[in-house]
Amino acid sequence: MNRHAPIPSLHPAGGATSDADRPVLSARSIVYSYGNTPALRGVSVQVGAGEIVAITGPSGSGKSTLMLCLAGVLQPDAGDVEFRGRLVSDASESERSALRRSDFGILFQFGQLVPELTAAENVALPLLLSGVKRKAAITAATTWLDRFGVADHAASRPTEMSGGQVQRAAAARAMVTEPSVLFADEPTGALDALAGEQVMSQIVRVARESATSVVIITHDATVAAYGDREVVVRDGMIDHARDGIGS
Amino acid sequence: MSTGHVLMGLLAAGGRHGYDLKKAHDERFVGARPLAFGQVYATLERLQKKGFIEAVEIERVDGPDRTVYRLTDAGRADLAAWVGDVEPPAPFVANPFATKATIALLVGDADLASRYLRKQRAAHLDRMREYTRVKTDPSTPMSEVLAADYAIAHLDADLRWLETALDRITALHHPLTTESDDIS
Repeated sequence: MNRHAPIPSLHPAGGATSDADRPVLSARSIVYSYGNTPALRGVSVQVGAGEIVAITGPSGSGKSTLMLCLAGVLQPDAGDVEFRGRLVSDASESERSALRRSDFGILFQFGQLVPELTAAENVALPLLLSGVKRKAAITAATTWLDRFGVADHAASRPTEMSGGQVQRAAAARAMVTEPSVLFADEPTGALDALAGEQVMSQIVRVARESATSVVIITHDATVAAYGDREVVVRDGMIDHARDGIGS
Repeated sequence: MSTGHVLMGLLAAGGRHGYDLKKAHDERFVGARPLAFGQVYATLERLQKKGFIEAVEIERVDGPDRTVYRLTDAGRADLAAWVGDVEPPAPFVANPFATKATIALLVGDADLASRYLRKQRAAHLDRMREYTRVKTDPSTPMSEVLAADYAIAHLDADLRWLETALDRITALHHPLTTESDDIS
């Protein structure tokens, strides 16, 4: 595969499979190693349109690596990742970067807002990087902060906000480009129970309203319970036995 | 749980009769075992003898006469003391999952025990999803949210135990199940 060719479609228009039937995102037998240490040892998983999937497993199981491969941040050593019929895993870095900007939103455990910018400026950032004019970007950012219940903090810097408010602003930033898939890596890991509940319930509500698929990475069953389905990763493999499907 | 104190708590806001108290209890404490009418009336009689409640009027609408009770000052003081008392943490809660897994190991093998524990784990997570939907629905009353929080915390504790039990049995007896191509 030419890594710099446009992302090819595996399902040309007019094919037998309709968009509604096809998973938004799928991984087939993906393998990834950090040096000589295998992290994923042949993982296959599918995410449907508007589906909320919780990927669970203990620390070091490979669940975050799986998310990074699904999101096109990492290129698997073997296997395919496909988004809406397009092969992501063999695309060039610039193509995957463009895909992440337009179709994927990523939310990490510690928000990772830019401390020098206000909440609205942080949320507007992905739009500004995509060429949207500042005024329109700030307006859209404020709307998304409102959807996550933190519009009152639009002019606040992250240091002036609570952990839960920062994380909701970070979720707004991940959603501002209206992605098809939101990836959330331990989104409540740094929060107390009630702040975590607010973040999760807002993410689920907004995702349901916008038919966004969500991939939640978590080791916490109470977070996994927000998902429609659980995929358990252990030792770099899907543990079918543990998710109840293989039983 | 002290049924008497629960009924006194429901009387704290104003007088009610036994039928009303039973309905209020069952509506407010979702998931709790519904009170039997006989239990309600026997408890009211006992509370009245202790001087914690008193009959204030007989309601005569359609149907049988209904005695309306209200909390006395002595009842209010006893209720306040009870609310402040710590419930003793139970050191050994009943664990039917451990019992069943142990029996599965006795009558079968590690696979039988693992199969049971995996199914139990999936059932627990399904139930946790239901409670999560309830507690995050903005229309859910606070009493139900609190009950859902409690249920989720207990299910989470069970899930942690189920994970550990599965790990112990899996580590001792056989390697991880291999993955197939499609899990959906």
